[in-house]
Amino acid sequence: MKVTKLALLFGLTAAVPTLSHAGTLEDVMKEGVLKCGVSTGIPGFSAADSNGEWKGLDVDFCKSVASAVLGDASKVKYFPLTAKERFTALQSGEIDVLARATTWTATRDASLGLNFAGVNYYDGQGFLVSKSIGVNSAKELDGATFCIQAGTTTELNLTDYFKANGMEYKAVTYDTSGQTIDGFKKGRCDAVTSDRSQLAGLRIKLDDPKSAILLPETISKEPLGPVVRQGDDAWFNVIRWTMFATIEAEELGVSSSNVDEMLKSSINPGIKRLLGSTGKTGEDLGLKNDWAYQIVKQVGNYAESYDLNVGKDSPIQIERSLNKLWNQGGIMYPMPIR
Amino acid sequence: MTNKQLPVDGKGLLNNPQHRAIFFQILALALVVFFAFYFANNMFDNIESRGITTGFSFLNNTAGFGISQTLIPYDDGTSTFLDVFIVGLLNTLLVSVLGIIFASIIGLLLGVARLSSNFLMSKLALVYIETFRNIPILLQILFWYNVVLAALPSPRQSFVYLDSVFLNNRGLLLPEPILQSGSGAVIISFVLAIAAVIYLVRWARQRHNDTGQEFPILKVSIALLILAPTLVYFIAGQPITAEYPVLKGFNFNGGLTIIPELLALLFALSIYTATYIAEAVRAGIEAVPKGQKEAAKSLGLKDHVILTKVVLPQALRVIIPPVINQFLNLTKNSSLATAIGYPELVTLFSGTTLNQVGQAIEIILMTMAVYLTFSILISLLLNWVNAKMAIKGR
Repeated sequence: MKVTKLALLFGLTAAVPTLSHAGTLEDVMKEGVLKCGVSTGIPGFSAADSNGEWKGLDVDFCKSVASAVLGDASKVKYFPLTAKERFTALQSGEIDVLARATTWTATRDASLGLNFAGVNYYDGQGFLVSKSIGVNSAKELDGATFCIQAGTTTELNLTDYFKANGMEYKAVTYDTSGQTIDGFKKGRCDAVTSDRSQLAGLRIKLDDPKSAILLPETISKEPLGPVVRQGDDAWFNVIRWTMFATIEAEELGVSSSNVDEMLKSSINPGIKRLLGSTGKTGEDLGLKNDWAYQIVKQVGNYAESYDLNVGKDSPIQIERSLNKLWNQGGIMYPMPIR
Repeated sequence: MTNKQLPVDGKGLLNNPQHRAIFFQILALALVVFFAFYFANNMFDNIESRGITTGFSFLNNTAGFGISQTLIPYDDGTSTFLDVFIVGLLNTLLVSVLGIIFASIIGLLLGVARLSSNFLMSKLALVYIETFRNIPILLQILFWYNVVLAALPSPRQSFVYLDSVFLNNRGLLLPEPILQSGSGAVIISFVLAIAAVIYLVRWARQRHNDTGQEFPILKVSIALLILAPTLVYFIAGQPITAEYPVLKGFNFNGGLTIIPELLALLFALSIYTATYIAEAVRAGIEAVPKGQKEAAKSLGLKDHVILTKVVLPQALRVIIPPVINQFLNLTKNSSLATAIGYPELVTLFSGTTLNQVGQAIEIILMTMAVYLTFSILISLLLNWVNAKMAIKGR
């Protein structure tokens, strides 16, 4: 009796496979829900509204992936993560994709066992200061105290910038962006530094947004994009092409309001390929052929998502500038879907 | 008779209960080792297959981020992650040691006050203890941090004392002593004064035992400690100067800064842990049989003499073990500082560094090893104190 129990135990441990995930795409399809890592609250990118619903550019990206893979934008489970937690959550398989305004850098790409699937927002680091200290340029910030969020590229860029300009600073490092802006509100620091888009979002959270200004300097490149685990190429492709599909839809003028009409009557071969009435891009990706149709129908194209969350129809009102399409003066350039 | 013996009365290799016990212990150990090995192996396999960098070589890489409080020279451009580790470790030690000192003082006073015959005093102590002991420490830390930040003015409107001490929402700014040549003599004289005081105390005690004469130890000691260094200071030509904090731009420059995070954390940890220490003190004092106090009183001893010479020496035996446990708790609780951004080990190392480097396993292991070492050291200390304090049979 004892012997059989023991044998069973050994048998079990031997049978437990090494706990690595080979096929995230199959896993997501089997479970019927996408586990998406988002922020704990960056307005415009991923933040829960007063009804507890997640809204934002990154949230729309999660929805797009769910639409493409599962055919239903609502089948997303959001995992709010601090900057510190995000990579471990992805590495350990707790989430399927990280869409959390994460900067693409060489170190992160090469040493964390992760892959950046592309860039869905081109950003840069800026400074938010209180009007009362009377500073108009970052060059006047010598000796200032900064509130920053732990474990971000922001921390490192700040050091670089002040070294390069022969200035000194003091840093107060918090865990979440909420604590960071709280510290700024209470006067623990003279300035907050972060990605400009985040600062714009945080600024509207102030009691009096007009009491603070964004300084003109942009001190770094911050390409933000979705991240997946390394070594799962099928899933990587799905994420990458979901992103391209939303931008391609904008370029082709397909939006959530006209997509049905386009599907029926458009004679443009590009639109036909995108919406899956010709070609088999969807099948090649391991999805259904109407994957991009579902994205545009349920979530919308990149412009719709941008305007609603961070652009002209949002409280944050950030100019599109770099994030315009390549043929409109920006650098958003979707690879051709054909 | 041959030398072939039958296993009689369970004395054989298999039936012997002792042999069996050993066999099963070896089996259990083998299983534990097997599982540990299996999980470790699995972990390293997976890490490797995912292309995550491993090893401790990251410690030599440049950290490149600023830290708000560093006890060793730290340069955000050139210092390494190992320096960050040491900075975090020292900041943890700083808040722990200061917290232990303050918590002990407050706790001792509270514990004694709790037993006071003065109604108001004992009830106030009771209210204090019950309030702060029953609110989660994390909440208290956040509360004090918000109070500190909300109550203090901006640098330009600082509270000023004597034009040299400033208090604002950037912290408490003090003049920093600058040691010049010749200052060594002042420090040596101070050390000598301490040695003299220790000798004086022993001598006075001996004399008291021999002759019964009292000696004003406290007054003489204080005079010695202040006069000797002061005298040498002036003889050596005032070699120690102070660097005062100066308002420059929108912040203070120079001087010593005690950051608000440290103030809030220290305050919260001290008054929280003090409640437990107070209860330990009360328990210890109440554990001393009443007859001891009554006997001392009937000998005509004064109240404070009864407390310091009769009650406390016996009570300490009961007080010290739980109090040392509280010291340990305080040290571990200091990791909650991560909620307010005080740069201690957990915030800096398993927080910021972990995110910059991404090697969770190595970093968490190192952090755990630090706390484990603290705990083991404190338990060793506890065992030593216990052995020392045990009632010696005479």
